[in-house]
Amino acid sequence: MPLDDPMGPAITTANGKGSAAPNRLAVIDGDIHPAVRSMADFKPYLSKRWWDHYETYGMRRKHGSSNGEPYPKSAPLACRRDAWPEEGGRPGSSLRLMQEQHLDAYGVEHGILGPLGNTGQGEMNLELSAAMCSATNDWQRDTFTRPEKRLKGGLVVPYEDGVASAKEIERCGADTDFGQVFLLTRSSEPLGSRRYWPIYEAAERYNLPIGFHVFGTSGHPVSGAGWPSYYIEEGAGHSTSCQTVVTSLVIEGVFERFPKLKVVMIEGGFAWAPALAFRLDKVFERLRSEVPHLKRRPSEYIRDHVYFTTQPMEEPDDRRHVLDIMDWIGWDKLLFASDYPHWDFDDPFRAFPAGVTTEQHRRIVAENGKSVFRLN
Amino acid sequence: MSADWKGAIDCDVHPHVPNIDALKKHMNEYWRETVEVRGITAFESVAYPPNAPITLRPDWRADKAKGRARADTDAGRTAAALMDRHGFAHSILNCLYAVQLIRDEHMAAAFCSAVNDWMRAEWLDRDPRYRASIVLPLQNPELAVEEIERCAADKRFVQVLALAMGEQPLGKSHFWPVWKAAEKHGLAIGIHAGSSYHHATTGSGWPSYYLEDYAAQSLAFHTQLGSFIAEGVFVKFPKLKLVLIESGVTWIGPYLWRLSKFWRGVRLEVPWIDRSPIEFVRDHVRLTIQPFDAPASGETVGRLMDQLQSDEMLLFASDFPHWQFDNDDMMPVGIDATLRKKILIDNPLATYARLV
Repeated sequence: MPLDDPMGPAITTANGKGSAAPNRLAVIDGDIHPAVRSMADFKPYLSKRWWDHYETYGMRRKHGSSNGEPYPKSAPLACRRDAWPEEGGRPGSSLRLMQEQHLDAYGVEHGILGPLGNTGQGEMNLELSAAMCSATNDWQRDTFTRPEKRLKGGLVVPYEDGVASAKEIERCGADTDFGQVFLLTRSSEPLGSRRYWPIYEAAERYNLPIGFHVFGTSGHPVSGAGWPSYYIEEGAGHSTSCQTVVTSLVIEGVFERFPKLKVVMIEGGFAWAPALAFRLDKVFERLRSEVPHLKRRPSEYIRDHVYFTTQPMEEPDDRRHVLDIMDWIGWDKLLFASDYPHWDFDDPFRAFPAGVTTEQHRRIVAENGKSVFRLN
Repeated sequence: MSADWKGAIDCDVHPHVPNIDALKKHMNEYWRETVEVRGITAFESVAYPPNAPITLRPDWRADKAKGRARADTDAGRTAAALMDRHGFAHSILNCLYAVQLIRDEHMAAAFCSAVNDWMRAEWLDRDPRYRASIVLPLQNPELAVEEIERCAADKRFVQVLALAMGEQPLGKSHFWPVWKAAEKHGLAIGIHAGSSYHHATTGSGWPSYYLEDYAAQSLAFHTQLGSFIAEGVFVKFPKLKLVLIESGVTWIGPYLWRLSKFWRGVRLEVPWIDRSPIEFVRDHVRLTIQPFDAPASGETVGRLMDQLQSDEMLLFASDFPHWQFDNDDMMPVGIDATLRKKILIDNPLATYARLV
């Protein structure tokens, strides 16, 4: 919590409800994960053809696992132990618990959803991918965003098929229940490639930002160095994947082509961004003749188009170092996210280091998100 | 610039193999014949397109009108541009001939031996100030160990060389026999920007532009650093020094904050890691300074240097003949005189045990 912040963290009372201090910030949370209780929750939203297909062949993504994870997590489903609903089902599947434990307790005014798991994203059968994404969006709306107006959906698209993705944005994009288009960072090709441009065109048209959340199954190791052994490497490597996304969007010219597009890098931290911008500017200075479609330096595109959710906050030994980073990125470009209900949850009132002023904290936690996510 | 470079140790200089005949001289009859019969013309990668601006500084390029080859093909001209001109004590040669592209591990070993012997004959023997890295056939760790054993008696080899993008991350136990041999002989491990291209250059496949490939090198270094730490290489081989070459320095602090935070959260998975990753890095990992990835602002560079929390991590490098700077502006602004001396002389001496 900022030292000079008069507003304390939420006080959880015996009944699980938060205190209602009148001067609490109205939090905008850029990363909440809803979940299905089981895959049967999707059944009403799938045609018989696709439900039968799913039952017969299951999902196939570019990591080869049909059940289980190549890098097992450090906790069941990577979730907080206190986030399992009494009524059964996975963390994130109970709107009641999400409301009590998170939205009410922290005074969340808007929570932006990011559905993970078997949502159809990264599925290799592109028609199944599209059907599952549509089902996920309809389920998300019926289960979370219609009953709970504080929540805004993440519009999942079958991103390996740009045209089908644009169709899904056409289908749902006018619905104000959706606050962003939701993609994963580890795509089959770098996300600035032209095959993905129909997604950006449609998102820009509907004034929806693109949220790039870490994870995904590209079929490629996290970098050209090959496949690491451990979950710690996989987890730390997400910031590497985020850099791949930002580099590609900038250098392939996405922001030249779609000048109103805003993108949000979700759950990859943010401290990597200045070094990446420095590096890209340096290389660009020498190699600009190769990329004449770029009219400005890479750092300028990043400054104008890229937002970062703050979780998991990088924590250097000397907090001044992360304050420098936040300064370089811009206090208007950082968005609070909790990652509820996952284990590495950030608390909006405790995650930020001393030295973040009350005003800076207010912007990150309660203000910046208003001009990025489509919150009406 | 009248800055004092005297006694500096240049930790990244690239000698260029002019053609395959230069290597054939250092091959046995079988491999010479193989090269001829099979019509092998070269193993050169796309890492440095010969005419790309970054590959050669304009004054070091070939000049056909004057009948002059590129400067990096000649030990004398390279020495003149660096050690003679500035008074450097040593230049460490990292040959980037693309032996890593080769799929046949025996052929890779033959080419590595040829490259190492070519460096000895055409560079090390020509000027006593040169030092070099042993190029390794990491396609097969046993063959890599053999190459170390073959070359290590020559004390002018101070390091073994790997590329940032290979088959699998270099911390994995698959490579430990190689690191064991390096430690035994007091050789540092140098990982240089570059790829075997056995994987795509990014975690999301192949990018469209060369610029993106070059930029992506630093991301492979993230993976390599995480691998060396998580696999426990520095626990197993406590005398090793790891040098990360030609991919900037400002990325490392932020990555370590993230890695160290994850380690606090998930260290049950890697119980052999008994210290924060940051501590391993301070003790074992070094970075060369070119290309320096920061704006030309002394104030900003000062803050970035403070992130390293150590004045021992950076090593001077010209990255000759790559075009990273103009004139003699090899040292970033914002480096004070004390740190400058450490980067130029003290840190390289402390890193390369065989230099002294």
